[in-house]
Amino acid sequence: MNSKGRYGIHGGQYIPETLMNAVIELEEAYNHYKNDPEFNQELTDLLNNYAGRPSRLYFAKKMTDDLGGAKIYLKREDLNHTGAHKINNVLGQALLAKKMGKTRLIAETGAGQHGVATATAAALMNMECVVFMGEEDTKRQALNVYRMKLLGADVKPVKSGTATLKDAVSEAMREWTSRITDTHYCLGSVMGPHPFPMIVRDFQAVISKEIKEQVLQKEGRLPDAVLACVGGGSNAIGSFYHFLDDKDVRLVGCEAAGRGIDTFETAATVNTGRVGIFHGMKSYFCQDRYGQIAPVYSISAGLDYPGVGPEHAYLHDIGRAEYVPVTDEEAVCAFEYLSRTEGIIPAIESAHAIAFAMKLAPTMEKNKILVITVSGRGDKDCAAIARYRGENIYE
Amino acid sequence: MSNIKSAFANGKAFIAFVTCGDPDLETTAKVVRSAVRNGADLIELGIPFSDPTAEGPVIQGANLRALSGGVTTDKIFDLVRDLHRDVTVPMVFMTYANVVFSYGKDRFIKTCKEIGIDGLILPDVPFEEKSEFQPCCKKYGVDLISLIAPTSENRIAMIAREAEGFLYIVSSLGVTGTRSEIKTDIASIVSLVRKNTDIPCAVGFGISTPEQAAKMAGFSDGVIVGSAIIKLIEKYGSESEKLVGDYVEGMKKALQM
Repeated sequence: MNSKGRYGIHGGQYIPETLMNAVIELEEAYNHYKNDPEFNQELTDLLNNYAGRPSRLYFAKKMTDDLGGAKIYLKREDLNHTGAHKINNVLGQALLAKKMGKTRLIAETGAGQHGVATATAAALMNMECVVFMGEEDTKRQALNVYRMKLLGADVKPVKSGTATLKDAVSEAMREWTSRITDTHYCLGSVMGPHPFPMIVRDFQAVISKEIKEQVLQKEGRLPDAVLACVGGGSNAIGSFYHFLDDKDVRLVGCEAAGRGIDTFETAATVNTGRVGIFHGMKSYFCQDRYGQIAPVYSISAGLDYPGVGPEHAYLHDIGRAEYVPVTDEEAVCAFEYLSRTEGIIPAIESAHAIAFAMKLAPTMEKNKILVITVSGRGDKDCAAIARYRGENIYE
Repeated sequence: MSNIKSAFANGKAFIAFVTCGDPDLETTAKVVRSAVRNGADLIELGIPFSDPTAEGPVIQGANLRALSGGVTTDKIFDLVRDLHRDVTVPMVFMTYANVVFSYGKDRFIKTCKEIGIDGLILPDVPFEEKSEFQPCCKKYGVDLISLIAPTSENRIAMIAREAEGFLYIVSSLGVTGTRSEIKTDIASIVSLVRKNTDIPCAVGFGISTPEQAAKMAGFSDGVIVGSAIIKLIEKYGSESEKLVGDYVEGMKKALQM
């Protein structure tokens, strides 16, 4: 079997022949540079001095007292430069692309966080940048479109299909097949063809590496559970990775259930999808009985994707991680709860993890430790949440 | 011998692509018969997919129209059963991996054999992943057709050695769609293929005019045309039968000169 990048039955490289040499070249470059001390030093310098790492592990005392169960720690990825965990991966990939002699970055974006991070890295490293964004999302997230333009990126609205994140990924892939020599596709999540799920995971694994060090320092032991939201799954795999071998640490991915997993308006892929092959990988996908990819829905543009990274699909299959659905309503309540209780406005994506923690923490004893990754900040979501609550606010 | 070879027995082959169910299956049946009457040597039937990542805007549109019209894999199997009452040229399916995988690959490929489909083109299944479908294809005697791209370079020999049916030479970078100029050195790709296999090479992506067809056929064994035909169907719908026939006739003539 020649197939690479497998996680159990999942993963692989289901892409047009035109792109095969590009992903092979990327894998070879990554395998070289990941062990290169100079590369790692440059990346660490960028992460620490530009992105603001390490991010804090904050003891949420008020939330802990209020919920009356496990001790709750928040991993503050929202405090990173550009406001989310996305920058961890983007700085790694942009630096790698630069070393490979690429001069142009292309990226897909849903809510705009990955697009903003890519535009930021491109500005910093003097690279050209083109971001594909579903036309629907450019309207919902007009401010992020402006941010990307301000940073010097060209934002291309995607009109095909449902004009959302999956179509932005398709269009970025199409663009890459037409221009490979000078262009790196800076994929934003642990998805797509090998080596992307591996590369993005490795660059995001800094999250769990830090959590482990920080919790050991504060508590002298490992946490009992780690929670993160899952769309494609990059902040979740980053939060889980260094705990995979610590079998006593419960790992929970919180999926966007939209209006509920018993409705068609959901994006809870592991809970409602079937194994399929799409966007370069075998994994779970929301699809109809003929394999047509289903339109998905979530209040969160960043979790509004019909698939999930192949390593999550595998962790689900072997039972190492569990994937729970969280509805729009639960996420919005958690968004408001964390804002009021801790003075931290989380991204609506991250609020899905907060919401499940609000159910889980009270069932745990007081000497247990729960870590929630706050993957991003929620400023971008305020107008949308206000509208959800019936207030007529537009950006 | 693969049935597909017969398509290359009468000079340079003209391969016509249509998306099944665009805008409805009756039109597809009429267009296919018209293309065959006017000289098409092989018919490539597209099974629409919701997210066709290798296609340009024209064929994306065809996929969308077909799916909006309610076409399904089962209905397309019925179409092929009907076509086989009088169409004698080889027919192959072009679709995406998930359409086959989701149907159940054994069940899908077994049905292909039963209804007389000779080959399967899956643009999102490269050499490294063909073991996903190859054993089933072999079991039922359906050719899994390989693609070679302008970027294949060091991979050409490897792909050619295991190729079946015909080799689909992708003329240009990017997605499907008509182009004013094809810059790839097709001649040297084909000559590399020839060193490794004797199965026919057909060139596709971007070909729309008789001049381009004649030029590409000069380097290869035939040409594949999709977007140019789809544009006629898009514009004339159920009235496109004769126009597609005339177009195919003109293209086939250019190949015979």
